[in-house]
Amino acid sequence: MAANTDSRTAELRRLIRKAKRWDALFGVLGILSLMVGVLTLAALFTGMAIDGVPRLTGDFFTSFPSRRAANAGILSAWVGSILVMLVTAFFAVPVGIYGGIYLEEYARKNWITTVIEINISNLAGVPSIVYGLLALGLFVYTFGLGQSILSAGLTLALLILPIVIVTTREALRAIPRHVREGAYACGASQWQVVHDHLIPYGMPGILTGVIIGMARAIGETAPIITIGALTFIAFLPPVPGMGEPAAGLFDWLFSPFTVMPIQIFNWTSRPDPAFHQNAAAASFVLVFMTLGMNALAIWLRFRMRKNISW
Amino acid sequence: MTSATITLPTTPLPLKAEARGLDFYYGDFKALKRVTMPVYEHKVTALIGPSGCGKSTFLRCFNRMHDLYPGNRYDGTIQLLPDAVNVLDKSVDPIEVRMRISMVFQKPNPFPKSIFENVAYGLRVRGESSRSYLEDKVEAALKGGAIWDEVRDRLDEVATNLSGGQQQRLCIARALATDPEILLFDEPTSALDPIATGSIEELIHQLKGKVSMLIVTHNMQQAARVSDFVGYMYLGEMVEFGDTKDIFMKPKRKETEDYITGRFG
Repeated sequence: MAANTDSRTAELRRLIRKAKRWDALFGVLGILSLMVGVLTLAALFTGMAIDGVPRLTGDFFTSFPSRRAANAGILSAWVGSILVMLVTAFFAVPVGIYGGIYLEEYARKNWITTVIEINISNLAGVPSIVYGLLALGLFVYTFGLGQSILSAGLTLALLILPIVIVTTREALRAIPRHVREGAYACGASQWQVVHDHLIPYGMPGILTGVIIGMARAIGETAPIITIGALTFIAFLPPVPGMGEPAAGLFDWLFSPFTVMPIQIFNWTSRPDPAFHQNAAAASFVLVFMTLGMNALAIWLRFRMRKNISW
Repeated sequence: MTSATITLPTTPLPLKAEARGLDFYYGDFKALKRVTMPVYEHKVTALIGPSGCGKSTFLRCFNRMHDLYPGNRYDGTIQLLPDAVNVLDKSVDPIEVRMRISMVFQKPNPFPKSIFENVAYGLRVRGESSRSYLEDKVEAALKGGAIWDEVRDRLDEVATNLSGGQQQRLCIARALATDPEILLFDEPTSALDPIATGSIEELIHQLKGKVSMLIVTHNMQQAARVSDFVGYMYLGEMVEFGDTKDIFMKPKRKETEDYITGRFG
């Protein structure tokens, strides 16, 4: 009897050892795959830092582009990027959030909404250059908005709209049914439920989607080149009320502009290696802008979710 | 199946609501079949029966909860007295029904807002904004929900941090804040431990005589402890309705007896 038990235990141990070999193998493969991504990114970032960080002086942020690499800066590029982002957020955030709310809460489930839903998912996968072409025809020529900050902001707003809509819907869907029912059972109308409950409880997720969309938009180059952003801009958009004659409140929207990725592209394409250093420095700043936005998204989500549980 | 065996009390009691010939469909599936049952004013009526018998479906007809999902259809009437309005009528706004009939759910579902705002919400959707009025009503409701002493010093704290039993009493307070004509309970203690269950049952006892209550429970001892009347449902039909003592001591129908003695279900 005892011998029998011993041999059974030995057999079990052999099986367990065999099963665990696969664990070890998979673990090693997993780490290797992960390293491909992480090390590549780290190498890129380090290379960029070594080349670029010495150029990151105060002057670099406050100078316009110049023919002499040592005098060139990113003033018009970062101002342009921020202004374009403002326009993008102004249009994409309300339209995307309300679109998401409508689709998730109000729209009847029929074939029309199904078609719309599929199309929104598809739009998220459309190459950004296509948005650029659309914007060139629509905003720049048809609406006559010109090669302006407004055109660029609208283009990027279109680009991130699907991201905002999809994350808004996901955030709303994560709110449990019994919480909604509790609100309806109090006698709330649909809009009251949306306004008093779904939007506040979904806000962490919605904001995350908005910021991730913006982080994607700030790095977009192709559609901005397509609509004709300039690569060499030695002036800032007009500040309302300043200059002679005084600039109007919205004149800056119609100003020519450049953005960070275009400035980087421009510097990289020059033969002089001193400009490549500038490009590395500007890339470093751009990566920090993106990482900063993602960090903000994580922090906001963490902070706001602390008080939201079911 | 033969029609329901309904034993009305010998001394007539004031009615608060009455379901008559109620059919209910989830799409093509007929979940309730000609259900008829009275709800007496300021009494507790329990609905019992095995899982899937339609007792929760029936309860959720009273505040038109089924309207929230597409494909549901009601036939028949639930009259709400004294004005004899049929709450299922398409011309009656479900919001109006839910303002008159409150509900407490199976899983405690406080909003992730402050304790105060949870209880005040029903009043807020009615457009109440006077702080002193809201404070009075919230205090009264929390006392009615037997939770005032536990939360009086922390009305601004998030309600979801309370324990499960406290959350459920808060949900009862939220339902009471709007002075409902009927209070619906959908298995209110099935997610709670025995001590919290005891406190909820105690609370239902206290509310008896002030509010008309309808409670779905899968716990027969609970039905026996808290209710004045019991309806036994099976496969979407009302099998037997009567005084709680009669149903548990001398049921008229064999099916009821089999269920309550544990031979079935």
